[in-house]
Amino acid sequence: MIPQDLKYTKEHEWVRVEDGEAVVGITEYAQSELGDITFVELPEKGKRIEQSENMATVESVKAASEVYSPVSGEVIEVNEALTDAPGEMNRSSYDKGWICRLRVDDAGGIESLMDAAAYENYLKELKQ
Amino acid sequence: MVPFSGWNMPVQYTGIIEEHLHTRSKAGLFDICHMGELFIRGSSAEQDLDRLMTCDIKGLVDGRCRYGFLLNREGGIIDDVIVFRISAREYMMVVNAGTVESDGKWIRSNLSSGTDLSDGSANIAKLDLQGPLSTEVTGSVFGSSAVRAIKRFFFINAGFKGVDVMISRTGYTGETGYEMFFSASAAGELWDVLMSFGSVRPAGLGARDSLRMEMGYSLYGHDIDVEHTPAEAGLGKFVRMEKDFIGKKKLLEQAEHGFGRVLAGFVCEGRRAARENYLAKVDNIEAGRVTSGTFSPCLKKGIGLCYIDREFAVEGREITLTRGGVEIRANIRKPPFVRK
Repeated sequence: MIPQDLKYTKEHEWVRVEDGEAVVGITEYAQSELGDITFVELPEKGKRIEQSENMATVESVKAASEVYSPVSGEVIEVNEALTDAPGEMNRSSYDKGWICRLRVDDAGGIESLMDAAAYENYLKELKQ
Repeated sequence: MVPFSGWNMPVQYTGIIEEHLHTRSKAGLFDICHMGELFIRGSSAEQDLDRLMTCDIKGLVDGRCRYGFLLNREGGIIDDVIVFRISAREYMMVVNAGTVESDGKWIRSNLSSGTDLSDGSANIAKLDLQGPLSTEVTGSVFGSSAVRAIKRFFFINAGFKGVDVMISRTGYTGETGYEMFFSASAAGELWDVLMSFGSVRPAGLGARDSLRMEMGYSLYGHDIDVEHTPAEAGLGKFVRMEKDFIGKKKLLEQAEHGFGRVLAGFVCEGRRAARENYLAKVDNIEAGRVTSGTFSPCLKKGIGLCYIDREFAVEGREITLTRGGVEIRANIRKPPFVRK
């Protein structure tokens, strides 16, 4: 259920790092906690974001929630489709619901993130 | 499930938007057992209630119910309630969950010796069936001709497997709908029977909130409270100024001298919704505060209610709703935001 090839944060973001680029989104658990997502404030293209810095805001019918960047880097692409169809984050949190792509500064910050097994354990602890 | 006034309440079953749209197109079933039911009985019950309530009680007939307010002596809203006239000597008052005890205390302290108050909340279940197909479903369970004969803000006494069920044509969604009051012991069984209809789906507190907001209905503790009068909340039509009632003096004063802020509806420019406690600004100057706000599944825009300086409470007026660096453009709009 939890994709094995991604890294995870305690705030329930995921990141896929390939060839110096990172794609970021929120996890299945995050979308289910938020409920129907109605609005996403995407980061600006070209913006530099530090690891753990607020990079996007996701709103659901219930509440608004911040998304923090799992890595440091420059935003090179954003998922514009979410502007009109934010529900993709509910329906396809690990795929079509991606938020943005960053050019990663260096791979350093990624080491501090959880792998799939660690995130799965973390979720188990949360649910207890 | 979330805790709400001592009850565990479902916020959503399958998803707020789906439940919301299903209620608008077919029928949503709401578990509203948390709300309170107070019974006021006795030879002077009518007279006492007429003095406690802003709406006309003396004009009610058996089987009729009416929405109105309990006010304190300063005109502040203690609660918004619906009073059911069972007979000239017996009334049921449906009150908010968080105010059952304080309402009971207030009412008791204002009753004459010929009137008794009892709290039936613990033993009474309440299920609301709301939506365009609610008449068909309710009729199938309780008798089609009897249900079809219930006019808005009237109720009947019906039966379900030997249990008395009071059914009123009332609701909090803007849809045709029914509220059912009956012995809590039958709640599970009636829930299951209503759910067995293909057109019925369960709807939680989340959908109840977004449905009521599309209609601009106030929620006690948010849009209305003891700090505000019905006039300030724009709810003067539920106040009968031709009679005497507690709190009237303040309303007369406000009618003569005016008041500062008034509750008004707004529609945001886009999908982003302003929430409770966002500030309302006009020309960059603070002019009000949001008391309810959410995403409207029907309009696909942010909607809500705010107290705003009276001069700006005009149709179409541009306002900016802000909090923590977020700025949302909106226009003042008179509810309902969704035409029924």
